[in-house]
Amino acid sequence: MAYRRLIASLAALVAVLFCASLLIGPAAIGLGDSILALLGLGEGLNQGLGGSAEARVLVMQEIRLPRAILGLTIGASLGLSGAALQGYLRNPLAEPGLIGVSASAALGAVLAIYTGLSAAFPLALPLSALGAAVIAVLLLLALAGREADTLTLILAGVALSALAGALTSLALNLSPNPFAALEIVFWLLGALTDRSMLHVWLAVPFMLVGWLLLAGLGRGLDALALGEEAAASLGIRLDLLRLAVVLGTAASVGAATAVAGAIGFVGLVVPHLLRPLVGGRPSRLLLASALGGAAMLLSADIAVRLVTPGQELKLGVLTALVGAPFFLWLILSRRRDLT
Amino acid sequence: MTGLTLQDLSVDLAGRRVLERIDLTVAPGECVGLIGPNGAGKSTLMRAALGHLPATGHSSLATLPRRERALAAAWLPQAREIAWGMTVEEIVELGRTPHRRPGSPLRPADRAAIARAMEEADVARFATQNAKQLSGGEQARVLLARALAQEAPILLADEPVAGLDPAHQIAAMEVFAKHARAGGTVIAALHDLGLAARWCTRLVLLDSGRIAADGPPATVLTTERLASVYGIAAHISDAEDGLIVLPLRRVTPEVSA
Repeated sequence: MAYRRLIASLAALVAVLFCASLLIGPAAIGLGDSILALLGLGEGLNQGLGGSAEARVLVMQEIRLPRAILGLTIGASLGLSGAALQGYLRNPLAEPGLIGVSASAALGAVLAIYTGLSAAFPLALPLSALGAAVIAVLLLLALAGREADTLTLILAGVALSALAGALTSLALNLSPNPFAALEIVFWLLGALTDRSMLHVWLAVPFMLVGWLLLAGLGRGLDALALGEEAAASLGIRLDLLRLAVVLGTAASVGAATAVAGAIGFVGLVVPHLLRPLVGGRPSRLLLASALGGAAMLLSADIAVRLVTPGQELKLGVLTALVGAPFFLWLILSRRRDLT
Repeated sequence: MTGLTLQDLSVDLAGRRVLERIDLTVAPGECVGLIGPNGAGKSTLMRAALGHLPATGHSSLATLPRRERALAAAWLPQAREIAWGMTVEEIVELGRTPHRRPGSPLRPADRAAIARAMEEADVARFATQNAKQLSGGEQARVLLARALAQEAPILLADEPVAGLDPAHQIAAMEVFAKHARAGGTVIAALHDLGLAARWCTRLVLLDSGRIAADGPPATVLTTERLASVYGIAAHISDAEDGLIVLPLRRVTPEVSA
């Protein structure tokens, strides 16, 4: 079956890229040493490549492993929530940032940098970002509550994004010194460098909750292909569907933004790319898109390490730099199918 | 097999009374044509009956739990939406949603219902094609097949024949009549009075949110009523295989009164 083959090859691709992400970096560590170091072993091979055994263990367990895990989980979150939102809104232009949670999480992070909290203790930044994401979801649900239509949800999301963006600009504008401003700008670009296992433990539970909420939506999203009225007549609870889409996206993408900054285009491009391969069916796109997003973000994160080793290109910059022209090409080549 | 009972059903939309105390009982075996001018409340009546609109009064369908309602009634809305590039077969398969547990594969009964529905709506030859690339009339038939695949005893359809060619209009009406003869209940909003007169066992004429007339086609479609409700003069005659109604020209209500 074509769908099974697609899922199997995407899963294999993700596995390969995950391993590659563990093996590639400025500290040149051999394959065998990497695996031993990852498992906390390797004392016997004291003077291998990449410094002492302890250094290798540190590099593998505290730098590369969290980076690879975050690349995989954040990419999957972006791909999955992009597919769910596009299916729910029946609009191929929807992306996870649409509901305003990413912009709000970014604002929370920026405020932590601006106030100096992030310098005071290391988890202040992601915690503040998560808090802002939660506030954004509550506002969103208050603005576009139970009975509201999809248009109200989109407009409320746009308004929230605009407000969070304006407040982020204000923080930049008022920032006390150029270094703080530079730190804010760099953080906003989005990256996976220097993240620790603490970041993983903080973000991954939220992402898992989000995935659980989104993974069960296939049936409802399929029925929605016929419009809201027909879906309701097929027994779909539209109010619960909407709540699950919003909360699932908010939990997974809010947590992703909290630890990695805003990484654009993955959630928009990946569902587009895979939709024809799954025959357009929203339920099949969910898992495929999650795997595709993980593969895309892992490869982008490997690319930034390889392309410019000294001054690393920011991950968010690369995804937008490659994603935007690619998206343009996709639109041009599929112009007929979109109408 | 279940029928449909509406008692004292009223609907207000944006402060305006759209449906005024409707009492209507449709029994199994009836194929009811819901007729009336634009804005008379035909769609509102069906949507309120399904429980999709806040309404006062009683509807035997709206009181059912969600899944049982989906098993009892199929609904073909006026807006013909098909999103994404799914195949015709996959669209029709969506009609089986209430019969299936989430994530379970299609059972033989599901496959049989899908094949039968595609045959009845004459879309079987498009089965593996992208539904979005079909013509508007063909898409309408795909959506009709989706509703038939639901295999619900009650079938509610909002202007199901609009945009179909004459042969497929008749084919769709045949499908409805057959569903009713098999013990099902059909309620279809129709604008083509000729089709309504020939294929429905009963017509319900709505005017400004009230039932203006209810009965067999020959008693509902009179020249006086068509003049007062629609403001038209029509040629009505009895042919051997049913009533012939042909709207001729507009008239002002004063003339007829």
